[in-house]
Amino acid sequence: MELDLTSIAPELQEELNRNVMFTTLETVKGWVRSNSLWPLTFGLACCAIEMMGTGGARYDLDRFGVIFRASPRQSDVMIVAGTVTKKMAPLLRRLYDQMPEPKWVIAMGSCATAGGPYVRSYSVVKGVDQIVPVDVYIPGCPPNPAALIYGINKLQEKIRYEAKTGKQVTNL
Amino acid sequence: MNHNILTTHVDTSSETGLRTEEMLLNVGPQHPSTHGVFRLVVKIDGETIKEAIPVMGYLHRGTEKLAENLTYTQIIPYTDRMDYVSAMTNNYVLCHAVETMMGLEIPERAQFLRLIAMELNRVASHLVWWGTYLLDIGAMGPFLYAFRDRETILDLFNELCGARMTFNYMRVGGVKWDAPPGWIDKAKEFVQYMKKELNNYHQLVTGNEIFINRLRGIGKFDTKTALDYSLSGVMLRSTGVKWDLRKDEPYCIYDRFEFDVPTATEGDCMARYHLRMAEIEQSLRILEQALEQFPSEGEVMGKVPRVIRPPAGEAYVRIESPRGEIGCYIASQGKDKPWRLKFRRPSFTNLQILPKLLQGENLANMVAILGSIDIVLGEVDC
Amino acid sequence: MSDEKRKPTPEEKAAAAAEARAKAEALRKLREQEAQVSQEASPVEASQEPQEKASAPEAKPVSEMTPEEKAAAKKAAAAEAIAKAKAAKEAKEAAEAEAPVAEQQSEAVATSAKPVSEMTPEEKAAAKKAAAAEALAKAKAAKEAKEAAENGANSASDADAKAKAAAAAKAKAAAAAAAKAKAAREAGGDESGDDDAKAKAAAAAKAKAAAAAAAKAKAAQATGDETPAEEAPKAPSKNQPYLDKYVSRISEAFGQEVIEASYINELSKEVPTLTIQNERWHQVAQFLRDDEQLSFEYLSDLHGVDYEDRLEVYYHFYSYKNRQSLAVKVKTSREESKVASVMDLWHGANWNERETFDLLGIHFPGHKDLRRILLPDDWVGYPLRKDYVQYDEEV
Repeated sequence: MELDLTSIAPELQEELNRNVMFTTLETVKGWVRSNSLWPLTFGLACCAIEMMGTGGARYDLDRFGVIFRASPRQSDVMIVAGTVTKKMAPLLRRLYDQMPEPKWVIAMGSCATAGGPYVRSYSVVKGVDQIVPVDVYIPGCPPNPAALIYGINKLQEKIRYEAKTGKQVTNL
Repeated sequence: MNHNILTTHVDTSSETGLRTEEMLLNVGPQHPSTHGVFRLVVKIDGETIKEAIPVMGYLHRGTEKLAENLTYTQIIPYTDRMDYVSAMTNNYVLCHAVETMMGLEIPERAQFLRLIAMELNRVASHLVWWGTYLLDIGAMGPFLYAFRDRETILDLFNELCGARMTFNYMRVGGVKWDAPPGWIDKAKEFVQYMKKELNNYHQLVTGNEIFINRLRGIGKFDTKTALDYSLSGVMLRSTGVKWDLRKDEPYCIYDRFEFDVPTATEGDCMARYHLRMAEIEQSLRILEQALEQFPSEGEVMGKVPRVIRPPAGEAYVRIESPRGEIGCYIASQGKDKPWRLKFRRPSFTNLQILPKLLQGENLANMVAILGSIDIVLGEVDC
Repeated sequence: MSDEKRKPTPEEKAAAAAEARAKAEALRKLREQEAQVSQEASPVEASQEPQEKASAPEAKPVSEMTPEEKAAAKKAAAAEAIAKAKAAKEAKEAAEAEAPVAEQQSEAVATSAKPVSEMTPEEKAAAKKAAAAEALAKAKAAKEAKEAAENGANSASDADAKAKAAAAAKAKAAAAAAAKAKAAREAGGDESGDDDAKAKAAAAAKAKAAAAAAAKAKAAQATGDETPAEEAPKAPSKNQPYLDKYVSRISEAFGQEVIEASYINELSKEVPTLTIQNERWHQVAQFLRDDEQLSFEYLSDLHGVDYEDRLEVYYHFYSYKNRQSLAVKVKTSREESKVASVMDLWHGANWNERETFDLLGIHFPGHKDLRRILLPDDWVGYPLRKDYVQYDEEV
């Protein structure tokens, strides 16, 4: 059958505009990955309770496609919620290594970002980015559930941007 | 030859019986049901636990060492983060210790605000326990109900002190902020609402046959064991000892209000479940009375010197937190920073009985028993 | 109010300066309550200018006399305190009444400030000086307590000396207060009745401190006799009979020397506190648990404290049968820190001892499984010690 693309009726053109889009496979991958981020339940301390609250009924995370998975093999993103101590650090690295690519890390709370209120302590790792590469930092002690949702949205934007442009995000 | 795929090793042909071997199973520290970063190394033989070795310290943040370089007011935010689910009681225990040492008097309105905050926090903490315990056992619905109601309490706290979870509300000599206008009425509304909701919760869960079969008769211990292991709180009351620091060594203004201390005699997980639900009821009762008698005016901060310097010496006070008896020991040398600050944490002490309770139990019951002790890892590790 | 904003005239300034200086001098010797006594006395005096200049030179000799008088005043205060020991039952109410009394006094300052509107800037300066002196007085008291603690650390038992030192600082203040109150009354200060009542209340509240001054005086002469010297003229605490019972039961069973110190810890809700000899601690602990009159079956807390010359382990027991608490301290040295484990008596001690070992390095011989509990197993050092050096600074 012949496909004549030069002369298309306007109604057909409009319908095609609505239903057909041109994009790259990378963008589609980015869109898909960002909208179904499955985090690894990595609640360490107080931020974990706020993470649980975010997953609760008021600040629903399920509407973003976020389902908490217990196993690292089945998760995309690791939300490090809480203080990372020196005893926990090797296990954190091990769990990160067990996650399949592509994977991201969100550092939730000021303890995960930079040590938080415990920065002078003898047994606290001053920021989880000493152990794993972090994509999004969410400040707060603990961050409001709305802040966590904002952080997840930022990660989604970052995934889509990196997929679309292929460039590493340095500031978004 | 015997084929049994459930044994972990091949049987030896010389014996007629199966040769089984113990397996070392590592539960945690990252585990959905360990209530935080808690590791339990269990030696199991089939499904039976032979020995359970708890390993903790994955959240040890060194609060006590940090406190030696901070003034007392600066330590209060750190106490929030210890038992982060019930932060008001932690705040209070530190303030109470310093106030006992200095002999300060707290104004009436501040006492009421403190009591209302602590009891609301008790309700919130028991709701978190209820939701997560049932989630561990397998019921996903109550988690959402519990957190929905907890959000109302957190909204109240947000209005009162600006934070949802780590309140930093109490100060030595009183509280930091007064209740905004209309807060008391909102709290009263919540108390009435919660009383009705509690009936719904009971209807949803308490009579459930699967639930009863999962909890009844497991994790049992008696009074002598409880006292020997220094258990406190609901763990002790579930064996029949009618002991509640709010009634027996009253602090704050608890002696003005009427409330019961529910006890049970079986000492198993079911008893602890019922006790905690009854405690929510009693807390709501105290809240009702306190909100009625709330003084309409008054200061929220007593006469406190600018620099808080308790006299040289030491003091140990203990109060009743939702998890048990929390104590605070301060050794002071007359300076504005403590020489030594130690918290006696109920989760840490209550957890000592876990290896004993788990011996001989089914692996499936491990989660139920651990949940009924109601630990918070921030407190276990301090 | 423009009166407040008006700059004081040089005459008023000088008068205010003289008065404030004198008051600061006196207040520096006293603690808070005494500061309020003079605060109430002096603004009232300030309301009448002629008397002001008279009181200023009178305040000076009092403050200069006081350090010399201290030794004698102590004895006088002790005698006073014995007489006031009967009124010591109101000591607690007085202490509680001090807060509303303080409020009344500040109210009195406020009300007396209103009719004397031309004196307002001066009074505000005076009140400011008084408040500053209050803080200074508190600081001085704390410093004195620390110095006394350091001095007293050389005497027989540290815990005892600490309590004595704290009490001694209070006693100095009480003695100075008594002397000043007397001098103020003799100088013809107004409202001597109130002064008297305030002084009585303050002295009654310090009755125990003053009695401790007598004890210190005694101790300065003789070797420290802990129990009878401290408690004899002091207002007896309600837990004193319990402390005596414990001391007597333990001495009966083990001899007097096993108890290194025994006192009521007033700061900590008046809990009886004992210091037990390290070598016989386990036997005494067993006795504490098994004896049917003591029956401390519940161990509430166990932890270590690092005082720089020694380490101490603090135990807090509770008896459900008698509904009484007891605190016990066991000392050990820093180089070789060993305290007998009580894990076999109270299982609740298990993890607490592990934690104390982990963070402070105190060994508990007899503990079945003494290893680190909160820190990783390969950690070097004991963090809660005062001389801890982080072994991995870069992390």
